[in-house]
Amino acid sequence: MTLQSDRYQELARSARSAAAGSLGRRIVRARWCYLFVLPSLTLSILFTFYPAVASWWISLLDWSGFSSVPVYTGLDNFREVLGDEYFWGAFRRSFIFMFAAVPLQLGISLIVAIVLNDSKLRMAPFFRTMFFIPVVTTAAIVGIVMTFVLAQHNGPVNTALMDLGLIDQPVDFLGNPDLALPTVIGVFVWKWMGLTMIYWLAALQVVPADVYEAARVDGANRWQTHWRITMPLIMPFAAIITLIGAIGALNVFPLIQTLTGGGPFFATEVMEIYIYRTAFGVEGATAPRLGYASAAGVWFGICVMLIALLQGLAARRVAAMRRDLQGGGARS
Amino acid sequence: MTSTSTTTTTRRPDAAAGGAGQSRPPRASRLTRLLRRNSRGKVTTILLLPICVIWIYPFLWMVSAALKTDAEIFSGLGLIPSDPQWDNFARAWNDANMGQYFVNTVLITGGSIALVVMSAAMIGYALGRYSFPGKRIILVAYIATVFVPEGYTVIPIFDLVNTLGLAESLLGVTLAVSGGANVIVVLLFAGFFNQLPKELEEAAVIDGAGFVRVFWKVMLPLAKPVIATAIILQFMQAWNAYLLPLVLTLSRPELRTLSVGMTAFQGQYFNDWSGMAAAATISLVPIIVVFVFLQRYFVDAVAGAVKQ
Repeated sequence: MTLQSDRYQELARSARSAAAGSLGRRIVRARWCYLFVLPSLTLSILFTFYPAVASWWISLLDWSGFSSVPVYTGLDNFREVLGDEYFWGAFRRSFIFMFAAVPLQLGISLIVAIVLNDSKLRMAPFFRTMFFIPVVTTAAIVGIVMTFVLAQHNGPVNTALMDLGLIDQPVDFLGNPDLALPTVIGVFVWKWMGLTMIYWLAALQVVPADVYEAARVDGANRWQTHWRITMPLIMPFAAIITLIGAIGALNVFPLIQTLTGGGPFFATEVMEIYIYRTAFGVEGATAPRLGYASAAGVWFGICVMLIALLQGLAARRVAAMRRDLQGGGARS
Repeated sequence: MTSTSTTTTTRRPDAAAGGAGQSRPPRASRLTRLLRRNSRGKVTTILLLPICVIWIYPFLWMVSAALKTDAEIFSGLGLIPSDPQWDNFARAWNDANMGQYFVNTVLITGGSIALVVMSAAMIGYALGRYSFPGKRIILVAYIATVFVPEGYTVIPIFDLVNTLGLAESLLGVTLAVSGGANVIVVLLFAGFFNQLPKELEEAAVIDGAGFVRVFWKVMLPLAKPVIATAIILQFMQAWNAYLLPLVLTLSRPELRTLSVGMTAFQGQYFNDWSGMAAAATISLVPIIVVFVFLQRYFVDAVAGAVKQ
């Protein structure tokens, strides 16, 4: 990362300028920098930093909608969240979703990327475009379209499966509580596979073509080339691609909300759906509970950040290993 | 980005087998191997074609359903409508207000692209090229936002937009959609400006240009590739935004975006299948067309984002 080396330069520079002038003088000298930082920082403070902090405060309130007056209730919301089976259900499903969707997405997209990276393949850019199309489409609308495509009665998927003789009865993909979550995971993987595929293709570009050439001359077959050369070289990227994939798998609201709305019988209610449902209420059924939903969000956010942190540490170790490897390669 | 070591021999197997086989007999075994490799390429191509058709079949089906009657939609797998029902589009565009939602989405997307690209370029320039007190804190804070899930901030944002009195217009949605810290774009700009040679602005400063002028006249024009990447990334994000526009337009249907309007359509006319397919087509086909024409830039933008 360029910013890494920049940090050392900056340290050296700031050491020098500390000798040259006081903090105040340095701030005055950098006044244009602050002006340039201002627009983006203002937006981030208003719509990212402040909300992240404010949800902690809101989580301590009993607040049933924006027209009502919030009442401070301390940790009551947290106590209630921890005792709510629907919360834990959603919590569990979010992680099931992540641990099922991310490996599937990474695995499938890696295979597709390796196939498309083959220099002998014709029309590779065309295939790449096709696989990427679901990525650019709006998740919420894709969700609605897929409810038609997967419809039980004469939906195209069921019709095709019936015509092929694979099933006797139409399958209720989204209405059957046992099938709904796997179906949603499947749609998610289909929707985002192309994105991860591009990441893998970018990673595969770092393997120089002459390495393959050399391996082939040495008599390595494709399978050996793949496991001995390609995989070790792209593994450093796997950490960051997994991280991006995991973050993506937590932002599933548009797709699930439009596919199933969390149903049937909460079978697909992941954390985001749960937060939305409790925060804004179900018309005519439950009242909005903003404080309670925030408490759920805060608790879940802490868990996610812990996981991300662990992954970040892992990624750092892998990056260090890569540096060692590259250092070794340069010497030989 | 995929073709690497295609040589003429491997590209034309017949010529290779016929000509080279006679003149260079010792290498014949290698040539047959190359031949086999090449036919593998063909086989993969033939296998991939149907997979690709299945992969995008939902979209083909959607477009075809938009031109069918309700009865025809669920009557088989054929994609060609017997009698194109253009009326479906008129119904979606006018009665379901997709026309208005389309304009809203274009305005929000355009506004957020302008806001994000400009502000990210500016902060990227300051962070990438200068050192100043507080720079490290800003960097760390920005990078930390990667881990803040969207659902986690939506309630305070809703509250804030209402408090600021921005709920009455598209401005509130536009600001909220642009308001993520956009770490990737900021880091792309910072990295780009960081590696430009120092002589660039030294020459400009000698010519009497100030900070803003150097940025505007010298630096920004050089950053065109990064700007293109930033536009594409923000375009994808804003056009696809759902949770924030949904929450911010709960009480204001006239401000809905396409994705929010579409779900409202689903709730209201849940059995108007062909109308819904038409509405979905209106929302999805523009972005697919833009993508197919600019796919090279899309792919580079996404790939560039991960290489950072």
